[in-house]
Amino acid sequence: MNKIWLIIKREFTFRVRKRSFLVVTLLVPLFFAAMIVVPVLIATSASDEQRIAVIDDSHLFLNKLPDEKGIYFKFLTETAIDTFSKHYEQYGYSGVLYIPAINIDRPLGITYYSSGQPGLGLESHLNRYLNNRIEEVRMEQAHIDIEQIKGFKSNLSIDFRSGKEEKKGSSVIAYAVGYSSGFIIYIILMFFGMSVMRGVMEEKVNRIAEVMVSSVKPFQLMMGKIVGIAGVGLLQFSIWVVLISMLRLLIPADIMNSAAQSNANNNAAMLEAASQLRYVMDSINWGLIITCFIFYFLGGYLFYAALFAAVGSLVNEDPTDVQGLTFPITLPIIIGIMVMIAAVQHPGSPLAVWGSIIPFTSPMVMMARIPYGVPGTVPYWQLGLSMALLIAGFLATTWIAGKIYRTGILMYGKKITWKEAIKWIR
Amino acid sequence: MGLLEVRNLRKDYASHTAVDDISFVIPEGSIFGLLGPNGAGKTTLLRMITGIFYPDQGEILFKGKTFHPENDVHAIGYMPEERGLYKKMKVGEQALYLAQLKGMTEKEAKEKIKYWFDKFDINAWYNKKVEELSKGMQQKVQFISTIIHEPSLLILDEPFSGLDPINSNLIKQEIFDLALNGTTIIFSTHRMEQVEEICDRIMLVNKGKKILDGEVKQIRHDFKQDLFRIGLGRVPNFAEVMTYHFTIVSQEENGYVVKLTEGSTTNDILAHFIRQEIPITSFQEILPSINEVFIQQVQQIEEPIN
Repeated sequence: MNKIWLIIKREFTFRVRKRSFLVVTLLVPLFFAAMIVVPVLIATSASDEQRIAVIDDSHLFLNKLPDEKGIYFKFLTETAIDTFSKHYEQYGYSGVLYIPAINIDRPLGITYYSSGQPGLGLESHLNRYLNNRIEEVRMEQAHIDIEQIKGFKSNLSIDFRSGKEEKKGSSVIAYAVGYSSGFIIYIILMFFGMSVMRGVMEEKVNRIAEVMVSSVKPFQLMMGKIVGIAGVGLLQFSIWVVLISMLRLLIPADIMNSAAQSNANNNAAMLEAASQLRYVMDSINWGLIITCFIFYFLGGYLFYAALFAAVGSLVNEDPTDVQGLTFPITLPIIIGIMVMIAAVQHPGSPLAVWGSIIPFTSPMVMMARIPYGVPGTVPYWQLGLSMALLIAGFLATTWIAGKIYRTGILMYGKKITWKEAIKWIR
Repeated sequence: MGLLEVRNLRKDYASHTAVDDISFVIPEGSIFGLLGPNGAGKTTLLRMITGIFYPDQGEILFKGKTFHPENDVHAIGYMPEERGLYKKMKVGEQALYLAQLKGMTEKEAKEKIKYWFDKFDINAWYNKKVEELSKGMQQKVQFISTIIHEPSLLILDEPFSGLDPINSNLIKQEIFDLALNGTTIIFSTHRMEQVEEICDRIMLVNKGKKILDGEVKQIRHDFKQDLFRIGLGRVPNFAEVMTYHFTIVSQEENGYVVKLTEGSTTNDILAHFIRQEIPITSFQEILPSINEVFIQQVQQIEEPIN
């Protein structure tokens, strides 16, 4: 027991002290932070202001186009379009909107001049403003009460309730949580599984294995490495959780405020939606999701790590062997992520149910289903069966891998195939 | 009673029997040479003695008791032929790690590392990564890691491969010193000439079977072919060497290698030349080298098969 602890300690400290650990650990939260901050910065950045000159020969639009979202309209009444369309940049405008004297029933010939492509956002804004105004004018001419029309407008969102407690549910949130946790587990399986494999390969190729197994049992050596790397993964995760929550505090307050304002300014409906969102977020059983996530993260990792260790023990000097040998192990993981993507859309389908029970795919697929509700979408028996099978599964893979590993790490200079390796299990 | 006794050990692989009914005893404090060509089963035999493999048949007695891998590995130091160190790990930490895995406490291990690093004058390497060292330097670190826990049985599989002559001598001297202090050493190699120099006792194996074992001196004596080298003051003519006491095997610059005829004695040879009044400058028995014994034995066994 003491020896396996020594091995775990070495595997853990060796990896944690490496520079790459520091880099990955710091870069990932920065990446997440960038994903949140950059769009906000872009949306609020002052440099993106569009000052648009409007020459309105129809006189229908004067001061009826709203200045918002960094788009400002300046109506020029004394200017002719044919000369101005060539010189607008000298006056500091980013473009010219020319509205000829149009027939309100057939509004043709409205043109926007700019030096570069105007961009999708501006295009849709301009179209919307102009259409709104034309509709307004048409309604005025038909003597329709605009205020009355506005009163008819509906902005409904159906109140979805799920489960016996009739909790408010939201498929969008469940989808997002399910998809991201399934995907994170996929990355963990691949990344840390490969890490285990490379560690075993290093011991074999550098001929450390035989020195080691004269002091410890091969199984101790294998499990020490697997557990040590699991520790690295858990540490990295905890650091990320702490860093991400800290970074959220560190984001300059004015960015957060302006982001909030730019959202809230427009319509009170957004505020309503935000409060609803908060309510839905509260409705999700975070305790259950986090517990299950840790279970499936560790279970899935242990299930596959032992198999990756076995592959590492089969590899010889030739690194091209690796691909052929890892294929049978990466294949079920890739199938798992594909089933997960399907399951997150149809969490009750037979594919999703079986995918979440069979241990080869369950860590990913079950995590995609759980946010839809336990026991609503995932009955307790399915969750229990899935967990029990995963535990049985990792005990089995560890046992099998241990047998292959024991022989494999001491076989030098010979290419080993899966066919031979399977014989060692008996 | 020997430190290690092996009885009827057998290990089968899928395609062949690697170790076939081998028995031997190693007396405490001796240097025991395990000899055989590549693929003879030496490494498999050593792996069973170090507890890496379980024998299919037979038993191993260590210090008079049945060998118990988990407890007894602490009393064994094994330097396998295929050996290496973690390349990215620091030299000192690596030695400490391997020592702790042999059951030493951190404090004991650090003291011993200091002692050996001082002795081999490699203290400056303590914080270097293994990959920064030359191959010979790595071998020194490997050797220290093998003996740091003061094993009572030290197993060295081809310890000199990859070493330059200076480091070879250094390690060789250490092996003698350890043996003098009571460490029992198994020295496995396919290079026969090293064995005569180092070992007290040897065992020859080929194709998984023991061919012979015993003291080096005794074996050479047992397999002597009554050959003598005689140095002469002048070259005798043909008639002067006609005798039934010996036959000439080969002629050398100042004498002959002769084979004693059965029933004759060395004095008969000397008396023959004295009678011819040919001056004798030297007379020496030629003992076979272990290599010659080995080749002869292997051929003898293989001939009936061919």
